[in-house]
Amino acid sequence: MSTNIIGSLSLIVWLPIFFGIVVLTIGQDGREHLVRWVSLVGSILGALVLVPVWTQFDQTKTEFQFVESIPWIDTFNINYHLGIDGLSLILILLNVVTTILVVIAGWEVITKRVSQYYASFLILSGIINGVFCSLDAMLFYVFFEATLIPMFLIIGIWGGPNRVYAAIKFFLYTLAGSLLTLVALIYLYRLSAGSFSIADFYLLPIPQSAQLLIFIALFAAFAVKIPMWPVHTWLPDAHVEAPTGGSVVLAAVMLKLGGYGFLRLSLPIVPDAARELAPLVIALSLIAIVYIGFVALIQRDMKKLIAYSSISHMGFVTLGIFIFNAEGMQGAIIQMVSHGFISAALFLCVGVLYDRIHSRQIADYGGVVNSMPKFAALFLVFAMANAGLPGTSGFVGEFFVIMGAMSNNFWFAFAAAMTLILGAAYTLWMYKRVVFGQVTSDRIADLKDVNAREFSMLLVLAFVVIGVGLYPKPFTDVIGTSVTTILELSSVSKY
Amino acid sequence: MNFQLSDLYAISAEIFLLCGVSVILLLDLFLSETRRNVTYFLSLFVLVVTSVISLLVFDFEPRVVMNGLVVSGPLSATLKSILCGLIAIGLIYSKDYLQCRGLHRGEYYSLTLFAALGMMVMASSNHFLSLYLGLELLSLSLYAMVALRRDSGRSSEAAIKYFVLGAIASGMLLYGMSMIYGATGNLNIEAIVSSINSGNSDLNLLRLGLVFIIVGVGFKLGAVPFHMWIPDVYQGSPTSVTLLIGTAPKIAAFAFIIRLLAESLGHPSLHQEWSQMLTVLAVASLLIGNVVAIAQTNFKRMLAYSTIAHMGFLLLGFLTGSMNGYSASLFYILTYVFMALAGFGVILLLSKDGFEAEELSDLGGLSRSNPWSAFLLMIVMFSMAGIPPTVGFWSKLFIIQSVIEFESVWLAVVAVMTSLIGAFYYLRVVKIMYFDSNESSTTRIRYRAGLVVFSINGLMLLGMGLFPGWLLLLCQSLIQDSVRVF
Repeated sequence: MSTNIIGSLSLIVWLPIFFGIVVLTIGQDGREHLVRWVSLVGSILGALVLVPVWTQFDQTKTEFQFVESIPWIDTFNINYHLGIDGLSLILILLNVVTTILVVIAGWEVITKRVSQYYASFLILSGIINGVFCSLDAMLFYVFFEATLIPMFLIIGIWGGPNRVYAAIKFFLYTLAGSLLTLVALIYLYRLSAGSFSIADFYLLPIPQSAQLLIFIALFAAFAVKIPMWPVHTWLPDAHVEAPTGGSVVLAAVMLKLGGYGFLRLSLPIVPDAARELAPLVIALSLIAIVYIGFVALIQRDMKKLIAYSSISHMGFVTLGIFIFNAEGMQGAIIQMVSHGFISAALFLCVGVLYDRIHSRQIADYGGVVNSMPKFAALFLVFAMANAGLPGTSGFVGEFFVIMGAMSNNFWFAFAAAMTLILGAAYTLWMYKRVVFGQVTSDRIADLKDVNAREFSMLLVLAFVVIGVGLYPKPFTDVIGTSVTTILELSSVSKY
Repeated sequence: MNFQLSDLYAISAEIFLLCGVSVILLLDLFLSETRRNVTYFLSLFVLVVTSVISLLVFDFEPRVVMNGLVVSGPLSATLKSILCGLIAIGLIYSKDYLQCRGLHRGEYYSLTLFAALGMMVMASSNHFLSLYLGLELLSLSLYAMVALRRDSGRSSEAAIKYFVLGAIASGMLLYGMSMIYGATGNLNIEAIVSSINSGNSDLNLLRLGLVFIIVGVGFKLGAVPFHMWIPDVYQGSPTSVTLLIGTAPKIAAFAFIIRLLAESLGHPSLHQEWSQMLTVLAVASLLIGNVVAIAQTNFKRMLAYSTIAHMGFLLLGFLTGSMNGYSASLFYILTYVFMALAGFGVILLLSKDGFEAEELSDLGGLSRSNPWSAFLLMIVMFSMAGIPPTVGFWSKLFIIQSVIEFESVWLAVVAVMTSLIGAFYYLRVVKIMYFDSNESSTTRIRYRAGLVVFSINGLMLLGMGLFPGWLLLLCQSLIQDSVRVF
């Protein structure tokens, strides 16, 4: 059936990892410059290999494309089974773009253990692509877990003062969730009489009680990862302590693994349990949207504020997924991608400020616009997008989700729409305190505006954010078929 | 069953090893202190050749020889070969350490070889008598080796503890065996099985004997609540001896359990009994091992508690009593010994003259002074914690899979939750190596051969994690071909 090139997905997964290993081996002291260039080349090549896949991707097909399957562990029928649909494709795109940005973001900033830093990010990028491509549950799990190791090192080695606590908390929290998933996957293997193929799980009839337990086990992993209230507490710590690049990858891509897991595994495999427990998930999402929005309002630390804003926005994603209609799910996916770009941009902005002043406290800033006008303009774009201003990508996702919620229940939509007020409040208030007002100190007055490197990476993101906001059709087209397929699968009862 | 000359062929590896160790013992007397390396290389040579012979005299069908004392088959041949290989690698790891501490002596090497012989006898025994003799030969050699550093108080304390508790355990085991003998009138495994199957033996007596045997096995494995000796012995022994105790004997213990429980007492009504007892031991080991390891500041002691937890995992595979469970356990033990080898090996490599790198804080700054070794140790730690893509993940996965097949999902949940607790202290090692910014207390590792072995060992854990299929296939076919469920 497929005329696609076999192996292009493997290339997407393994090329960054290969470059990571290369960077690690060439990285002796004094070769930092070489390391940076090799990493940049690696990340750009990683993006280029996606181009043929994107152009040859058939948006109308409901089945997985570019499928590769090689037996891996015969005895347990575990296969190296890759394939993508629109959902995977768009998230892979997000990941490869983020990787390039991260490499550029660390260019002059990281001076300690440069090769290990870049290697971690490149390997992490490949592993995340692997999660998005896996069609074998065990392969998915291996990639899913393997993401923890590089991120653990990134936070722990290059992070802030409290990095050890944050790194270990991050690791154990997410591991706790995913271990239950492992048990659930093995249980599914038994139910399906010896298959780990995710597509086989889709068609597997599962009794009600088992469905509930499996849903809870999967939920434990993905709710922690995305993260949902009340298991979100690792995220602010991890974000605050991680280096800029780490925060960017964490917010832009790693949180999406949770949303991806819901869409790829939870909904289609245990649809009845998902529908049964949807009210609970919706309640948690609304709490996240509203309550965490208020929590964000009172933050004094910029990174913490953006972290809480991420949790609040991820509430939109889970809300959109669990209201079970096309608008909601489409909105949720758009929201994931758009939040990826916006939060990456915001963390990069904070990184730009932090590199100059070495403080993340809002109170230490004020009047930045006087010395950094170009930066202030770009920052404003992202702040507006985070607040959900129409014309930016932030608006599209939220609008879709609210529309979907409206057709489900007016009050869901009402509560969700609160975020338009809250989001504007916390983002713009932070923006006002940091950028406008009196110049608070000489150091602010002496600030240098963004250089060409910082300007270009922020400008690219600004174009994406506004582009998606004005013309989201290419994105909605890509995911359209996936959304219908997932909704169809999850509307059939499996008892 | 009469004795035939071809029977000797089946035990030629043991015979070669025995001859070798006798030669080394004699030769060493005539060697001057400066030429001690001859003993070392000769021991390595003997071990490697024994390992090769074990594989060469291979019977595809399990064959009982020597009046029913010995069984020769794929499982015993493979285990024997791996045992000798492991001990040889252990010797390479330890050479530098031994030289610095004046332990580079003939006794050390001949005792090691005798221990190897004991383990080989255990691995291929078909009779309670040979099983017990092998165990005692192993234990007696180890008692002496623990006490080898005569000037250390802690070493002597560990040796006494090990000896007293080991003797009690052996006594328990013998008592249990005598009850089995009383019930069935036999010590030969096949005869015991046929007696149980015929229904002529007293089941209650068998059950009572089983309890004592489980206690003995629990002691030897170090499963909670019979684990008390493990931390003290691991910490008190010279690290090279800890490495020996912590690796190869675990494989021998595996063979021991296979012979005693799976083969001799595998009858369904008995399996039901020991499966329940092992459940208690396994859960207690997983909990206590993992929780107490958190509180340790000594690296060797931490690894000791981690061993206890790993043995709990091993028992989980056993208690299912299924072929899948046994092969998962075999996979687990084979991968575990290589993790333990690397874990203790790195302590040996980092130790210097008069300095034991056995505190966790001694690893501080390792990622700066020895980036490559730190990277390898990180792989080992993640592997012990069971994080993919290292092999430790697969070994845990296969065990959990067999446990779920056994219809006890709750045990699987206990297993994964305790490995979550375990992940914490393994992560702490990584944290100390990578995150703590204090000045490094370690210097560059100079011992080349050790470093090469460590590199292979560490990369092997990663490689087997990426391609675990063949090893699992091997384990399954070994178990299916060799374990005789009568």
